[in-house]
Amino acid sequence: MNNKLYGNLIFELSHPGTCGYSLPNNRFPHHEVPAEMRRANDAELPECDEMTVVRHYTNHSANNFGVNNGFYPLGSCTMKYNPVINEEVAMMPQFQNLHPLQPDYTCQGALEVYYNLQKALCELTGLAEFTINPCAGAHGELTGLMAIRSYHQARGDHKRVKVIVPDSAHGTNPASAAVCGLEIVEVKSTANGLVDVEDLKPLLGDDIAAMMMTNPNTLGLFEKEIPEIAELVHACGGLMYYDGANLNPMLGASRPGDMGFDVMHINLHKTFSTPHGGGGPGSGPVGVRADMVQFLPKPTVKKLDDGSFTLVNDLQDGTYDVTRNHIGAFLGNFAVILRAYTYILTLGRENIKMVGPLATLNANYIKESLKDVYELPIPGVCKHEFVFDGLKDKSTDVTTMDVAKRLLDYGYHAPTIYFPLLFHQSLMIEPTENESKQTIDGFIEVMRKIADEAKNTPELVKTAPHNAPITRVDDVLAAMHPITTYRMIVNDDKQ
Amino acid sequence: MATFQEGLYYSETHEYVKVEGNVAYIGISDYAQHALGTVVYVDMPEVDDEVEAGEEFGAVESVKAASDLISPVSGTVVEINEALEDEPGLVNKDAFANWIIKVELSDPSQLDNLMDAKAYEEFCANE
Repeated sequence: MNNKLYGNLIFELSHPGTCGYSLPNNRFPHHEVPAEMRRANDAELPECDEMTVVRHYTNHSANNFGVNNGFYPLGSCTMKYNPVINEEVAMMPQFQNLHPLQPDYTCQGALEVYYNLQKALCELTGLAEFTINPCAGAHGELTGLMAIRSYHQARGDHKRVKVIVPDSAHGTNPASAAVCGLEIVEVKSTANGLVDVEDLKPLLGDDIAAMMMTNPNTLGLFEKEIPEIAELVHACGGLMYYDGANLNPMLGASRPGDMGFDVMHINLHKTFSTPHGGGGPGSGPVGVRADMVQFLPKPTVKKLDDGSFTLVNDLQDGTYDVTRNHIGAFLGNFAVILRAYTYILTLGRENIKMVGPLATLNANYIKESLKDVYELPIPGVCKHEFVFDGLKDKSTDVTTMDVAKRLLDYGYHAPTIYFPLLFHQSLMIEPTENESKQTIDGFIEVMRKIADEAKNTPELVKTAPHNAPITRVDDVLAAMHPITTYRMIVNDDKQ
Repeated sequence: MATFQEGLYYSETHEYVKVEGNVAYIGISDYAQHALGTVVYVDMPEVDDEVEAGEEFGAVESVKAASDLISPVSGTVVEINEALEDEPGLVNKDAFANWIIKVELSDPSQLDNLMDAKAYEEFCANE
């Protein structure tokens, strides 16, 4: 068995009787676990020596691909670099060793970070108050929609059960609305990829709780009609929700609060450079306008007149009660909050204004450099990302999937594919502001090369990847017969 | 290339209706199965469920995306295509032969709101 291959699971490396650790004898027999609480049989764990375990996982990690390995233009995900200084701060024992239940006066620094990040997010977005408790973007969406529902109900307005979502929206928007018990109404896009105001008008009424929008939208286009849309939605009594997934190009250029949005979430793991992908941990702070602050979850952090900080819960005595207006445990993913705050301070008020413009410049440079070989369905200036509808020359039937797989051979992470659903061969590219011109030129060169290969040697592209640890997978088989246990089918093809 | 079978009714959400007397077979068009890619799951209603024109009655999931099934007509489900439970990919093999649900029409006049093959082909060309 070759320990370098993906194919081996830690269980397959197990040798009965091998033990990678030794524990001292229990010197406190009176603290023995009571017999009735002990398991009757040993747990079925892999039995490996320490070096086998270390090598196994190190080899696996070497097959991983992250922003630190190479260019990662995954559209709508803002895979920006996670500066090492973020990690340094998050790893400080002064933060790492905090316990969430220790008294306020013993963790003033941590509370100050939380408070200052709340304030920084308010300033960057133009909203009155933020909660940083939600643990992910979709968690933030749910929190925001719950605040909207509470707002309407507190006014005694129980008719508002519908949420308007554009057809270009992230799938999480309708999903969050459904989880919140609201109905979803879809509004169409125009041929230019923006929300169709004429299609929106007949949908508005006294049953509309809110409209959710992403701006720039998932096509990377700035929604130019925002003031009119906000006015129409507000006129019917609905609220405007801003999905912060695409906040990056707005940083320093414009603020959702100024565009007429009432509630929003931010993905700290996108816009504010905290680790991303692999399922988290993320962070999805939610901001609201001034008259909605009471509908945000607790606890929150307040600054007292003497300059000290305190946790505010619903209960007067300040004790912690998860049953009251809590959206998760304690204050959310605090180590993520530390990283985001470090990022904001590292850039500072002036430099943070360069984030949006540079992200926008990079995206437009790639788009313009490739639009003669890839189909650009909506021409014009984009923001931080854009969508191609596959190759321009489709005569050899090379699909977006094939192009994405071939990119892996050249050491690039694939862009987002088959999203948004507005086009059949969507290929969504977001370079972020971090990448140098050299890196971006290298990517453009490879994308052009793949377009050439698609024309001249299509089989090479259709069977890619050839150099990755795992070659083309059977995605139909994987979807229909997923193996969800550690026992896998023995497959000798690889040898 | 996608085929557009004559004699069927088509909706803008890419379902077709094949009418036999008062019974309608509803499936997704060949154009839709092409766009979706290999179908890996078909979520179907149960027999005796009511479906309503313009409302969702199930979903098709492919390796690329999940997409709602919107009924082009109203009526009662009299049969579902159980073969799709084990082999959803049949939809890709022949979308017109492998219908998804069979419905007893409650309002045949709704068929007038749908497109014929020619109009649907033009509609798809502009998609």
